[in-house]
Amino acid sequence: MLDVEKIRRDFPVLNREVRPGVPLVYLDSTATSQKPRQVLEAMDNFYRASNANIHRGIHTLAEEATASYESARRRIAAFINAAHAHEIIFTRNTTESINLVAYSWGRANLQAGDVIVLTEMEHHSNLVPWQILAAERDLRLEFIPVTEEGLLDLEAYHRLLDLRPKLVAFTQMSNVLGTINPAAEIIAAAHQVGAVTLVDGAQSVPHIPVDVQALGADFLAFSGHKMLGPSGIGVLYGRTELLEAMPPFLGGGDMIKRVELRSFTTNALPYKFEAGTPAIAEAIGLGAAVDYLSAVGMQAIEQYEREMIAYVLERLEEIPGVRVFGPAAEHKGAVASFTMPEAHAHDISQVLDELGVAVRAGHHCAMPLHTKFGIPATARASFYLYNTRQEVDRLVEGIYRVKHIFG
Amino acid sequence: MDDLYRELIIDRYKNPQFRGQLDPADITFEDDNPYCGDHIRVDVRLDENNVVTEARYSGEGCSISQASADLLIEYIHGKTLDEVKALTKEDVLDLLGIQLGPVRLKCALLSLKVLKAGAYGLGEATDDLVE
Ligand SMILES: Cc1ncc(COP(=O)(O)O)c(C=O)c1O
Repeated sequence: MLDVEKIRRDFPVLNREVRPGVPLVYLDSTATSQKPRQVLEAMDNFYRASNANIHRGIHTLAEEATASYESARRRIAAFINAAHAHEIIFTRNTTESINLVAYSWGRANLQAGDVIVLTEMEHHSNLVPWQILAAERDLRLEFIPVTEEGLLDLEAYHRLLDLRPKLVAFTQMSNVLGTINPAAEIIAAAHQVGAVTLVDGAQSVPHIPVDVQALGADFLAFSGHKMLGPSGIGVLYGRTELLEAMPPFLGGGDMIKRVELRSFTTNALPYKFEAGTPAIAEAIGLGAAVDYLSAVGMQAIEQYEREMIAYVLERLEEIPGVRVFGPAAEHKGAVASFTMPEAHAHDISQVLDELGVAVRAGHHCAMPLHTKFGIPATARASFYLYNTRQEVDRLVEGIYRVKHIFG
Repeated sequence: MDDLYRELIIDRYKNPQFRGQLDPADITFEDDNPYCGDHIRVDVRLDENNVVTEARYSGEGCSISQASADLLIEYIHGKTLDEVKALTKEDVLDLLGIQLGPVRLKCALLSLKVLKAGAYGLGEATDDLVE
């Protein structure tokens, strides 16, 4: 069991009032999570005590900085059960991780006519890089359909596999519907036809246990800022064999072994893909974040959020007119995107904000999915380990206030 | 909030007076707000002196974007094309009678942007039209 009151005390921002007398109810963790003091302190300590560039000095501070940065990489590798720390490439975020694969692996491995299978529920960051590459290389993009209920149509997926795709790239958890996709099953089927797989873990890695070896994933992309860490740091996990065979992405310092005026040789993994001075403090902050999540326990977090979303859906469904998108609680994470007949998502969000309740309104970087459901925008309430049932009740009160104003 | 959602805004949102489309029209233009998917189209008819004789808007979006479109379209009836071209952000805020943060400001100004792009005969509605 998870001790929410104790957890909340670790998050300084959760104490704030949005306006005098109006405490914050933060229901936008899918966009970015709040940060515990352990993460803030790890970054602050780094800057106060041992700030130096890494891999470039033999003075004490440089050695300490390098050791902290590499220790973070090892703890993050353990967090997703990667076989080797060098399979963890630090990037800025999920988006950059996916672009890295598209530019490096994609350009080296895909030719005109090759098929990439994506899904209709992808975030723009797992669509646009492939659209760019498809236009350049004349590739064919195919999409696993999303059912009315908000699940992937796996029968259709199996038919798409007859096209012998080279790549299957999909989100493990939808940031709009909350749907948790059967990643291990999707990956195993892809491997049967020889496809490489990329998992967008931006939402899954923060909220459920993810074991890359058990999944069999070839690539996994995720962002530090959605899992209690700072912004500016993300991860690309890749299997050693694939990373070894890939050409470098960005060129510059750190990614080289030797440089001559007209040529270079690349450094070993993971440095081959980490050109230039990285986000050192942020990597250390992300290390502290995975320590925090591991101490609470990813299984406990998953369980807590499962109960939370069941309660959220129960409360929202009792409000006349509220339409929640996505599958039943047993298939989804703690995300509730909804519409109301009386008011546009912006207006819902604005009224809720007056009551201190922070939710997001818009298409959540998934325009094709919204188009599919025939709606321009939804309001989205999302939950994490620090949210409480009382906060769900505040959300519901706020929704009744929307009905009062616009009804 | 009771400020933001003044009765005028809620009323115009729920009971718009200038919603619709004109066919034919002398000016027709439409555009989206890419951040939130709000969409506005305006249709304007002019007489031989370039005075607005009839105008309508259509589209979808939040109360601020729709109410400001309704108020703006009402306001331009009887104005000359040059007067329409000279409209500013302040004119729209005066019509709405409220102060807005940066995000909602985009909602409020979408109709003005679309109207001015149409009035100038531009290919595209750009933000500098309403700065
Ligand atoms: C499923 C999913 N994929 C990718 C992203 C992109 O993450 P980032 O903006 O950190 O690159 C997000 C974040 O909104 C997401 O929810």
